[in-house]
Amino acid sequence: MDKNLNVLIVDDYKTMLRIIRNLLKQLDFDNVDEASDGAEALAKLRAGNFGLVISDWNMAPMTGLDLLKEVRADTRLNKTPFIMITAESKTENVVAAKQAGVSNYIVKPFNAETLREKIEKVLGNA
Amino acid sequence: MPDGAALGGVSPQMVEAAVREVLGTMNGDLTVKEAALLAELEALGRTVRRAKAEIAALSPQDLGASHIPAASDELDAVVSHTATATNEILDVCEGLERLQAGLTGAAAEALGTAVTRIYEACSFQDVTGQRIAKVVTALKTIEARINAVQTGFSPALPVAAAPPPPPPAGRTEGERLANGPQLPGAGVSQDEIDRLLASFD
Repeated sequence: MDKNLNVLIVDDYKTMLRIIRNLLKQLDFDNVDEASDGAEALAKLRAGNFGLVISDWNMAPMTGLDLLKEVRADTRLNKTPFIMITAESKTENVVAAKQAGVSNYIVKPFNAETLREKIEKVLGNA
Repeated sequence: MPDGAALGGVSPQMVEAAVREVLGTMNGDLTVKEAALLAELEALGRTVRRAKAEIAALSPQDLGASHIPAASDELDAVVSHTATATNEILDVCEGLERLQAGLTGAAAEALGTAVTRIYEACSFQDVTGQRIAKVVTALKTIEARINAVQTGFSPALPVAAAPPPPPPAGRTEGERLANGPQLPGAGVSQDEIDRLLASFD
């Protein structure tokens, strides 16, 4: 697993961005950038070169699901692994995310082991 | 008690006026049917008067203008204070991680494990913040309903605030499904999510 890849974390709670960034650092992912909503994330993704997106769902002006759809519709970005980390834990949310092409789905509150396991799985090192 | 909308646009004042008008047309001996109608109309009039008195006793203008906004502000302060406290905890954790770099063996591992557990625990602030946001939204809905009832039954009372606008019609799927954290037992667990995702493969 390439831990030098660029990771974009997307959440409208600054504290959660900080927590995920610190947990990623413990997993030796040091190249981490942040965005506070889907629209900002999409702009950063189109301007940069990211190997993994970890996104919340409930954000404005663009939700995580809408960001995921934009990413999957973009020919340059559509293969980027995308993990949803969200408090939305209804079956219909999980199904909608899967149908939109999510790589994995973590429900909040989560633990570091779950994050590690899902990252390894989507990056092909399970 | 029905609100203005449930009355189909007919205000309590109009009902009262209609009752008075009907009563005014009734002269002489009443038939059984007319007497029954009169009794029902009198009961309706009493219900309307009682409802008006009850609403006035509730002081809806205080609820809408003061109590509910104050409750919303208090909840916003809860979110702000917990965010500040959480960030202070994270400051300390990051300091501990710097110390960990100078340790080796079991001590370093124990410290790393403890810090990870604190990070995990701190994620509560996100979930509680979203739950509180849902409560604030519920309070605003109650405020709007109170204003609607107040306008329908007591037009003389000042209206605290306009009701919130309905959700825009062109919402995306992501917005429609963004409902915040479910109550314990109402959502699916991580294990169930894993099984559900695997069922697509």
